Amino acid sequence: MSNVALPAEFADLEPYADWVLPTERARYNKRIASSMDVLQAFYDAAFPRLEAACEYFDQYPMDELSDEGINLLWLCCSLVTVSFPVEVWRQPRVPDSGAATFDAVLEPVI
Amino acid sequence: MAAAHFAKPPEGSWTEHYAGLGTEPVSYADSISPEFYELERDAIFSKTWLNVGRVEQLSRVGSYFTKELDAARTSIVVVRSSADEITAFHNICRHRGNKLVWMDYPAEETSGVCRQFACKYHGWRYALDGELTFVQQESEFFDLDKSDYPLASVQCEVWEGFIFVNLDSANTTSLKDYLGETGASLAGYPFGELTQVHKYRAEVGSNWKLFIDAFMEFYHAPVLHARQAVADESQKLQGYGYEALAYKIDGPHGQVSSWGGMSPPKDLSMVKPIERVLRSGLFGPWDGPDWPQPPGVNPADHKAWGIESFLFFPNFMLLMWKPNWVLTYHYWPTSYNTHVFEGTCYFVPPENGRERLAQELAVVTFKEYALQDGNTLEATQTMLESRTPVDRFPLNDQEIMLRHLHTVTQRSVREFQEQAAAVPGRA
Repeated sequence: MSNVALPAEFADLEPYADWVLPTERARYNKRIASSMDVLQAFYDAAFPRLEAACEYFDQYPMDELSDEGINLLWLCCSLVTVSFPVEVWRQPRVPDSGAATFDAVLEPVI
Repeated sequence: MAAAHFAKPPEGSWTEHYAGLGTEPVSYADSISPEFYELERDAIFSKTWLNVGRVEQLSRVGSYFTKELDAARTSIVVVRSSADEITAFHNICRHRGNKLVWMDYPAEETSGVCRQFACKYHGWRYALDGELTFVQQESEFFDLDKSDYPLASVQCEVWEGFIFVNLDSANTTSLKDYLGETGASLAGYPFGELTQVHKYRAEVGSNWKLFIDAFMEFYHAPVLHARQAVADESQKLQGYGYEALAYKIDGPHGQVSSWGGMSPPKDLSMVKPIERVLRSGLFGPWDGPDWPQPPGVNPADHKAWGIESFLFFPNFMLLMWKPNWVLTYHYWPTSYNTHVFEGTCYFVPPENGRERLAQELAVVTFKEYALQDGNTLEATQTMLESRTPVDRFPLNDQEIMLRHLHTVTQRSVREFQEQAAAVPGRA
């Protein structure tokens, strides 16, 4: 799975490489298709590493981020998506959002 | 925070300060009627300046995008012409009326870069300035002069990088005049620096005005969105309720000026764990560019100011946030009880992954709120349409902009009907 390698110092997060997803739509779809146990496990592993990840990102301008660094960024974007069910909703979906959809049609490449 | 104590005008309320709005309960008959919607299409969407995009979408000569304007009964092509000007045309071939620019699905919008437009049907070609340049088997036609068949142009003007069109070829009001003092009060703001774009789209099962209603009042926010804040903060917000710092009405346009104590919060325990780490949330990244705000925002000059929401009638909202990012809303009606909603976040390009994540959190938070708002609207629409005995609804002073929107809409339709009646031969 070399295409989803993370920077060496974040190898502990590689079991969660399935959260390395390059679009918000994919991240949201994975969130609502996951159980709370799965979301909680990812959050519990990744959230304590978020500040370290930010300090890693501080070292590189966006256009000098390595492929591994970009993977870490996307994994952290998934953590952002997952933070809502874990920190707030206690369920994967937004409560009372029913069949409503709200789809990203344009977002940054990275 | 000094909520519940923001000053009101001498009349005692914002609603009474602006004459002609009334204070009585209102009818929502203008939001549940196919017949009224047909009138809105002609009276409003076919005659008013509509924002269809930004100049950054047309970065070079030949860049174009199409825009489906179902409410105005047309589709348009907006293009940067050879003369480096932003121009717009009805998206129709002059030969036999085929839609000129589309990809795969005729009803879907598209964009790209081209040297000329070529019709898929019989190969007629048009220059970027709309001139008909090639007719397949031209000699088969009868006295055809190509100069008689350019693309049909649409009035198109740009304000602060925002591209507007007006489908009424008889319109004589410039965009600048239309946007009034409100538009002038935002001139010079560096919108063009906010090139990091996240755009969302939703098909919403409600009348277009109901979603504007939802976003032009924050009375609902402490209740509908209660769980989005941490528990203590949520209880406190519900206890305070909501009061704006100020409301302004300028012709058909309106603005709400709001406090924004969350960017950054005074007390970090007020916000969720992820917000503490990423220094961002609903109000945007806490560490945005250090730009001065334009004179049009924070008219009450209040130190707690955090966000200014503008509605440029009929369907373009511009939200300007204290940490210098911008959110736009567009509401494109597709029937009396459906519309396409577009929400677009504009930030400065992030310098690194940390800033990128702060923006991601602001964007995703916006999405979580919008999902709640959108679904509530469908619940409102179906009950309004049920025509239960309940047909008058009280609006409070914090809902003044709803009263204004519906008043302006109904007035526009009434004036259109009066003008039509005054012209012999027009229905």
